Amino acid sequence: MSKIVSVTGNHSASWAARTAIPAVIAAYPITPQTTIVEKIAEFVENGDLKSEYVRVESEHSAMAACIGASALGLRTFTATASHGLALMHEMLHWAGRSRLPIIMPVVNRSLGPPWNIWVDHSDTMSQRDTGWIQFYASNNQEVYDTVLMLFRLCEDPKVLLPGMVALDAYILSHTFTSIEVYEHEEITDFLPSYEAGHWKLDPKDPMATGNIAGPEYYYELSYAIHEGFEAARKLIPKVEADFKKHFGRQHGGFIDTYHCDDAEVIFIALGTMGEEAQLAVDELRSEGVAAGSARLRVFRPFPTEQIQALAKKAKAFVVVDRSLSYGHLGGLVTEIRSALYRGKQTIPVQGVIAGLGGRDVSHMDIKKIIKIGFDVADKGEPKPDIFYGLKR
Amino acid sequence: MKRMVAIKDLPREEFIELGHAACAGCGATIAIRHALKALGDNTILTVPACCMSVIQGLYPKNGLCIPVLNTAFMTAGAAASGIAAGLKYMGKDKEIQLMAWAGDGGTYDIGIQALSGAAERQTNFIYTCYNNEAYGNTGMQRSGATPYGSFSTTTPTGKLQHRKPFTRIMAEHGIPYTASISAAYPRLVYETYSKAKDIHGTRFIEIHTMCPTGWRYLTWDTVKMGKLAIDTGIWIMWEKEGDEWRFLGRSKRIAEGKIERKPLMDYLKPQGRFRTLIKNPERVKEFERGIDREWEILKKRVGC
Repeated sequence: MSKIVSVTGNHSASWAARTAIPAVIAAYPITPQTTIVEKIAEFVENGDLKSEYVRVESEHSAMAACIGASALGLRTFTATASHGLALMHEMLHWAGRSRLPIIMPVVNRSLGPPWNIWVDHSDTMSQRDTGWIQFYASNNQEVYDTVLMLFRLCEDPKVLLPGMVALDAYILSHTFTSIEVYEHEEITDFLPSYEAGHWKLDPKDPMATGNIAGPEYYYELSYAIHEGFEAARKLIPKVEADFKKHFGRQHGGFIDTYHCDDAEVIFIALGTMGEEAQLAVDELRSEGVAAGSARLRVFRPFPTEQIQALAKKAKAFVVVDRSLSYGHLGGLVTEIRSALYRGKQTIPVQGVIAGLGGRDVSHMDIKKIIKIGFDVADKGEPKPDIFYGLKR
Repeated sequence: MKRMVAIKDLPREEFIELGHAACAGCGATIAIRHALKALGDNTILTVPACCMSVIQGLYPKNGLCIPVLNTAFMTAGAAASGIAAGLKYMGKDKEIQLMAWAGDGGTYDIGIQALSGAAERQTNFIYTCYNNEAYGNTGMQRSGATPYGSFSTTTPTGKLQHRKPFTRIMAEHGIPYTASISAAYPRLVYETYSKAKDIHGTRFIEIHTMCPTGWRYLTWDTVKMGKLAIDTGIWIMWEKEGDEWRFLGRSKRIAEGKIERKPLMDYLKPQGRFRTLIKNPERVKEFERGIDREWEILKKRVGC
């Protein structure tokens, strides 16, 4: 039977692994992800989780080991953060290009130097083009649920891509809330066992993967990955609807919108900042200000149509990035402007950088940022990018 | 020890097809051909970036008759760890052989961490390092296995350091089986893999694989060059089974004093990569000192 447990965001991820029962887990500790893999070790050694657990000697090896196990056609799981994700970079491409549905929670943390262990989205944003589906969660239950949804989505024969769910360091990773968790048997209708239909390492049907393919083939293989993402785009609403049918919860599909229908200014962000924004919107609404919040849950495949639809009603977007592409601007605002440029409806999109390296962004800050959006809406054009809260 | 199998009694079945993409005279291809004859078709192979990435053939075809996971340069030990864990989960770890097949660059240098980790975790697989003493796939740059004084494209006037004693480094991991052999002796290759396949745990086999392209000798001299490496003592064949170290083949006869080591120049002269080295007698002596040192260490290990 399902039960309520009081857990951190990290342990929510560990519990999701326990529920899904990956055949192989290969992982390496890194702050602030460590408690995910520690809890998994406890589950495995107590006999609560019958996975083969490989305590590898680096994150690069963790992903390589996951690739090896997944290549046998087995369900596979790992977790990392920050420098660990950066070290994995080569193998993230290898997993994506091998079409292996490895699932990985990533605890969003800054990159050094200086050493800094607090929330920042630079780590996952840097992995945008590796062929991984990317979700961002905003609470512990969503972390747990998204891991299960990702297994279902990524293992689908039309998708066959690896998937990561990002959760903010400390704000989620080390903060306790109550969540509902399930035994494996309770989820098998929603998440059946994984059957690798494309290829696997099997001496009875020998096949090679990854050997040299020249210019004659590489382009088409890349396009096939793109098709996998387009299949995921179609499937995400179905997976979320099916999840709701089984477990009674949903988290907003591609974009978790809040008071967007009649909003003049919409605040857009990833992760916990998107949830914090709902509080800011509530306060602004009580002051008679028509603000809304749109928290992007899915960054890849990018929800272009949904962003275009939001722009039909609003007068301006303010987009806050918790990362910075040096010499340009935040990754999220770039994508949103690109999505609007491709559509018929364009509105001013204000870029804001905030909260780098764990700098707190409270609902009070978000209210101020949204108010900037109203200036932008009045003028009809965005200001130069704003570095909110920068001390100079 | 089991009697050597006669060439005529080796399995006729081939697991590397005609038409593979190896250079003429490739020692690594002799090595994998006979290793796979011993392991058989119920084998999974993982291959990091190395000559074998090319030798197996181009997509959409492949010249190897067993499943192959090609993987990134530094990951042979790690990818194999994942496959080994998966096979254990499936309950197939005893019936299916798992082998990583990596070059010296992917083993001595960029892959040492993943391999050392896999050995420390007692991963159940065979790791082969086929050692052609340079980064062969990228056109012969120096590696940790390149011999002292040898030309490479990144040491055009000759390498200034001795190679790592890598096979010993692996033996000292305390793994159940380690061997150092040569592709010049295909029956020994077959015998070694036949023995290794029945041992559980990490098995490390290093094969000296002659390379006419990189070493700059005539392609038809491959086996001759491999045998000269043994007879001059620059490559030593030995194995460690459990805690017991022993010399193998002609290296055993050299160690026992039954045959004399041939002069080093017999090996150096025919190879273009040593052309600069042999003009410098002091450096040739330094090369020889390195070889003598390795013999002394191994003799102590074997206890003779």
